[in-house]
Amino acid sequence: MPTATYAGQAVSVDDEGFLTDPGQWTEEMAAQIAKAEGIGELTPRHWQVINFMRAQYQAKGTGPTVRVLGKTSGVTIKELYQLFPKGPAKTAAKIAGIPKPRGCI
Amino acid sequence: MNATIEKVSIIVSKGSLEGIYPALIMANGARAEGIEANLFFTFFGLDAVTRRRHDHIKVATVGNPGLHVATLVGALPGMPGLMTSYLEHKMARLDIPPIPEFIEMISDSGGGIYGCQASCDLFGITKDDLIEQVQGIITVGEFYAMAAGGQIIFT
Repeated sequence: MPTATYAGQAVSVDDEGFLTDPGQWTEEMAAQIAKAEGIGELTPRHWQVINFMRAQYQAKGTGPTVRVLGKTSGVTIKELYQLFPKGPAKTAAKIAGIPKPRGCI
Repeated sequence: MNATIEKVSIIVSKGSLEGIYPALIMANGARAEGIEANLFFTFFGLDAVTRRRHDHIKVATVGNPGLHVATLVGALPGMPGLMTSYLEHKMARLDIPPIPEFIEMISDSGGGIYGCQASCDLFGITKDDLIEQVQGIITVGEFYAMAAGGQIIFT
């Protein structure tokens, strides 16, 4: 399995770069992953989404889709795409150190 | 890195529920992956973005072998409404949004929504007849210019 090094620690990732063990993630890694995804600086609005992703993953075992994020994270779909232009659910999951959410909607 | 798709332009030509949803799912899914997406509504597909019709899209109960309903039964009065309610109920349980909400969501996510000039001329439809998310009524040439460099999907 491939590994990546964030904040000085080696973590296991899948082929697309998502952490395979969310337990290895630390908050310090977020900024570095975000930068690699083309997001310069993580604002409190980004963090609201990232923390929501982790909470949902812990509660349900899978990250939320964009639709669920738009309905329940407190951030609208429009703003989600402004914060994460390359796909909110996918990008935020990667930064939050959880597996890529699956789902067609 | 494997090959990637940067942009999709999806043409919606059918006005049935099963003709419209796949295109919306593909456009929304494209945006979720960070892929640029445009929807171009032509012919009966315009119903999906027409104010007085977009909330009344029905599944085709006749001439639709996949539905497994005999043609004569499918033709009975009330059948399209009944089958549509049944499917909508099932979709709601899977958290698939109704068509108007779905199109609003695609628009909010940065997907382009356009009407076809020739079809609007044919049916006497103007911009006022279409929902607010429609960014413009465009010609086929303008569509190709917009789609240039990406993939075109016809449904």
